[in-house]
Amino acid sequence: MGIDRRNFMKALGITGITLAVGNSFGTPSKNKDESEIEFRGMLYDSTRCIGCRACERVCAKNHNLPEPKDELKAGVLRKTSELQRTVINNYTTSKGEVSVKKQCMHCNEPACAAACLTQAMYKTKEGPVIWRGDKCMGCRYCMVSCPFDIPKFEYHSPNPKIQKCDLCYDRVIKGQIPACAEACGDALTFGTRRELISEARKRIAENPKDYIDQIYGEDVAGGTGFLYLAPVSFKELGIDTNLQNSSYPALSKGFLYSVPSVFVLLPPLLLGIHEATKNKQPKEEENE
Amino acid sequence: MNNLAVPVTKDNDGGSIFKFFISELKPKGKWLTPFNIISIPIILLGVVLIVIRFWKGIGSITNLTQETPWGLWIGFDVVTGVAFAGGAYVLTFMVYILKMHKYHSIVRITVLNGFLAYVFYAGALLLDLGRPWNVINPIIGNSFGTSSVLFLVAWHFLLYMIAELIEFSPAIAEWLGARRARKILSGMTIGAVIFGITLSTLHQSGLGALYLMAKDKIHPLWYSEFIPILFLVSSIFAGLSMVIFEGSISHKVFFNQISEKNHKAQNGIIQGLSKICAGTMFAYFFLQLLVFIHNKNWNLLNTTMGYWFLLEMIGFVIIPMMLFIYSYRTSNIFMIRLAAILTMVGVILNRLNVTVIGFRWNAPTHYVPSWMEIVVTMAVIFTEIWIFRWVINRMPVLRESPAWVNEEE
Repeated sequence: MGIDRRNFMKALGITGITLAVGNSFGTPSKNKDESEIEFRGMLYDSTRCIGCRACERVCAKNHNLPEPKDELKAGVLRKTSELQRTVINNYTTSKGEVSVKKQCMHCNEPACAAACLTQAMYKTKEGPVIWRGDKCMGCRYCMVSCPFDIPKFEYHSPNPKIQKCDLCYDRVIKGQIPACAEACGDALTFGTRRELISEARKRIAENPKDYIDQIYGEDVAGGTGFLYLAPVSFKELGIDTNLQNSSYPALSKGFLYSVPSVFVLLPPLLLGIHEATKNKQPKEEENE
Repeated sequence: MNNLAVPVTKDNDGGSIFKFFISELKPKGKWLTPFNIISIPIILLGVVLIVIRFWKGIGSITNLTQETPWGLWIGFDVVTGVAFAGGAYVLTFMVYILKMHKYHSIVRITVLNGFLAYVFYAGALLLDLGRPWNVINPIIGNSFGTSSVLFLVAWHFLLYMIAELIEFSPAIAEWLGARRARKILSGMTIGAVIFGITLSTLHQSGLGALYLMAKDKIHPLWYSEFIPILFLVSSIFAGLSMVIFEGSISHKVFFNQISEKNHKAQNGIIQGLSKICAGTMFAYFFLQLLVFIHNKNWNLLNTTMGYWFLLEMIGFVIIPMMLFIYSYRTSNIFMIRLAAILTMVGVILNRLNVTVIGFRWNAPTHYVPSWMEIVVTMAVIFTEIWIFRWVINRMPVLRESPAWVNEEE
């Protein structure tokens, strides 16, 4: 599915919004290599999560953020913030108390990356969606666009950063697994998206009583790198089930596709009208 | 370039260019006007707030939150301000492409107004950027986010500012008395006009397209896949209403600069513009109606937001449209001005409904701009008016071009 986005951007580049676009998309041989790398993601099994918050602590430590000290209480919603890239919340459901982790979903076609005018938000070929400070101008369009409300902005800094889970990209490219997955008992599994989906299906098939027959993240927003398994409906777990299943960047695709056509068609039309109305000019000037 | 810029106007008594500029920088006329007394303290306060903003971060003077990252500075300054600047592309289309010479006398002031609006409102955007030192990245290619609507809008702002500067540049050349430069620059006008109209079409609609991905965050009465077209069509009457409004003020304030002939033509111009406003507003209303029916939004009407939507559509689209139609038939200039003001209120409402009021309408706590955001916005607008007045008092914008221009043509 990642290919779709790449093709989409390539098509835009070819139709030519601006100059020199070709350079930023690399050579064809590079694309060939990329196609062999699969998106990595994470499977989160809320039936196995005990709400110990080891993931929260190790995440804070790994990204130089303050250690979360607030209490975890069912019914009290804690949000990710510029100080906390991931949070655990407890929900009282029809099957008792269930812990749910929240962080960036690492969409296959991320709205934040499509929104970013400098590719500071960037979907890496390995799967994590990362933020690159040397490119970001702090416009916060990623925050407007993200359907999961994940990118957080440091409003009280003169040199603000966007804080969001980057799936420990620095560790992933070194062949390590993300810090939270390492710290977790066995609720978090890191792997390629393909493997994770079949693993999730296997768990549902083997223990149909423990799970609802749905993998959140398989389809939502065009598919995400983070996949959720749950014992009860996702609505009970405070997960937004109203989001569309098709990708969010597709919403502005139509507009962007129309841009080259307008650029090609409108100027000649205007020039044509200008030429056509020219003949009248001398006559009117006499009248003035 | 040097010899091009040698001033030969009567303002210059053979002194250097430097002296000429210094003399032009001095204020003309009285200092203690009511406008100055109100605007100077607000601009000074705005400057202080801007210093605080860069020192302590955006959160220190705004009420923006993680859920509502764009507030008044984007929703009003940029999105609404640019809609009001739409008069420039509409008028240049009418005058240079369709050759409607009747409107020629107001082209320069409209282009100046549009140019300053882009400079100041896009400039105000810098205040809202968290990392403004990176603002050149999308221009220099670090990196090109070509899948972003904002990338398109940013480039278009930049290019359109250049196009409008070229369209306005003959007036600058006339001010400086640069005959050859004027000839070259006015030769570029038609190219700049065609380029400018194309850019405007795309970024007026692009400002709406920015919000396409925020599908789940905007109230369904204001969100549809047709936002770009609605924004484009409404920018036509928004811009022209601004021209009518600004024209009626300019004709009072700068009374002595306007020739007898243009004074007499003013009413005819306003009536013509009111026809165009009425026509485009009808088209806009019809589009809104189609979108409304297409999205099956009937059940939303009987809610608070539904009433708010009806107020916008009836109070500030249909009523001003009727007023425009009624007043051009009865040649009632006062009514046209009233209709223009109502239309402008409607456009402000519409843009704010999409960007601020309807954005996260269902959140438990809603974003309300802080007084400091409002002061900075006012400071930006007042500074723009100051520059606008400075230019009009010096360059041939409202008054006739110097005699040598006609001799050469």
